[in-house]
Amino acid sequence: MFIDKDKIKHTAKLARISLDEKKVESLSKDLSNIFNFIEKLNKINTDKISPLTSILDRSLRTREDKVTDGGIRDKILENSPNKNEEFFIVPKVIE
Amino acid sequence: MQNITKNSLTEIVNLIKKKEIKSEELTNAYIDNVKKGKKLNSFITESFDNALTKSKNFDIKPNYELLLPGIPLAVKDLFCTNGVRTTAGSKMLENFVPNYESTITSKLWSEGAFLLGKLNCDEYAMGSSNETSFFGNVVNPVKENIVPGGSSGGSASALAADLTPATIGTDTGGSIRQPASFTGTVGLKPTYGLCSRWGIVAFASSLDQAGPMTKTVSDCALMLEAMSGFDQKDSTSIDRKKENYSKKLTQNIKGLKIGIPKEYRVDGMPNEIEELWEKGKKILKEEGAEIIDISLPHTEYALPTYYIVAPAEASSNLARYDGVKYGFRSSKGSSLIEMYENTRSEGFGDEVKRRILIGTYVLSSGYYDAYYIKAQKVRQLIKSDFDNAFTKVDAILTPSTPSAAFKIGEKKNDPISMYLNDIFTVPANLAGIPAMSVPVGRDKNNLPLGLQLIGKPLGEQTLLNLAFSMECKSNFKQDIIKWWEK
Repeated sequence: MFIDKDKIKHTAKLARISLDEKKVESLSKDLSNIFNFIEKLNKINTDKISPLTSILDRSLRTREDKVTDGGIRDKILENSPNKNEEFFIVPKVIE
Repeated sequence: MQNITKNSLTEIVNLIKKKEIKSEELTNAYIDNVKKGKKLNSFITESFDNALTKSKNFDIKPNYELLLPGIPLAVKDLFCTNGVRTTAGSKMLENFVPNYESTITSKLWSEGAFLLGKLNCDEYAMGSSNETSFFGNVVNPVKENIVPGGSSGGSASALAADLTPATIGTDTGGSIRQPASFTGTVGLKPTYGLCSRWGIVAFASSLDQAGPMTKTVSDCALMLEAMSGFDQKDSTSIDRKKENYSKKLTQNIKGLKIGIPKEYRVDGMPNEIEELWEKGKKILKEEGAEIIDISLPHTEYALPTYYIVAPAEASSNLARYDGVKYGFRSSKGSSLIEMYENTRSEGFGDEVKRRILIGTYVLSSGYYDAYYIKAQKVRQLIKSDFDNAFTKVDAILTPSTPSAAFKIGEKKNDPISMYLNDIFTVPANLAGIPAMSVPVGRDKNNLPLGLQLIGKPLGEQTLLNLAFSMECKSNFKQDIIKWWEK
């Protein structure tokens, strides 16, 4: 399938990545090639096959709903590029 | 002691235990090698002060009962290390210093090892040549202008060049086995769930698995023993008794049935790969194994399946890099959305962007069923191929890669030809089963070539035994000349 520039721009918007026009062009070429390669899968009939959603032959473990960790606000804030003592700081969202 | 770093990990552990060498002396020898090995670009962060302090502490109060007594280890920079920056080879995490330790590295440290440094890798482990790293490409010690493979390229390079006695990597589609094959070293991708993923920077969570990269098969058994085991913090971790891989290691492989899948004979595969495969078969046969032709009919669909599933999971995993909680933030953009978009545009490299876009596309409304669900169905078929094969055989023998290591820059601008490198390694990740690469021969340019052994779920011991047998009989010798020290 040919992935045109509009599709690239739309997908980049969904993925929250800004792209300049040159990049859009080269990604359109790359992704078109990659999707041609991927579409080999259409050769196989999979109507009666169920999708593999986990390779483990058992369901995931559950645990008691109990707090085992926490009270580490400062540690969590430590690596933020912009913060104050209690919060992450982001550009203004509401006027 | 002269040339201590030439030894295998197992030999070094024995020298420490026999008190023939002190941990500090050993550590200094590796630090010296790392300092002389800058041209290889295999280290992103050095941790020499930590290593020297830990080695001195070990020498003051040694514990010889541990699996890795007083051993300095450099690890792939995808494992979070408490207080030591962890970059995943990305600008996005250039200054990220975790305040916690990955389960696997914790296990290694509790067995007496300590951190020597963090090793270069493809950005977020996305690559097959270690050319996508923000910190520059890594060079293969085997030859100056050759890639070490990827994504665990820094790990393979550092190991082969004697800059670390052993190391660990991660393998999502071949990222341990392919670089091992390219550098004449041993690499094992364990069964999905055998080694905890907690504290490893995530790429594709249903495929990611960490494993050992070592000079010898015995070393591989020792490292796997140290790093594997149940972890409450990883919901996919398998809860089972710990194995004693190194003690059980044997060359006796009599009666084991080895499958040879005809679908791994691909068009355009060089003769020397075919010959290498024959050599492997011959060795196993002479050692008493039975060679059986098998079929894995959906092999040709593994790579297209992988290039839907892995980017889909990656696009979801990498959504966390938003410039808010940790990592890089762009100074451009006045709104929150613009800040996100610029942060991710400036923070991620080309290959990572490419994969995020593929993943976002296949998961987007209108395409989800046609691509993502389709790929999961084919993944089921690929897994069934292996399930069927393992009713007849104990393990499968294939080449590790379709060619030896290639030149730096040769495939950089052609994503598909780069992806084709993983054609033999990807199926084991899709099926969640163990696989390892062991060096067996060389191509016409004297570059190392590996053979891959694929095993049943939790069949690591069988793989190690088969690999041990091939290692002993193949006469493969690492013959690296340290050109970078001149």
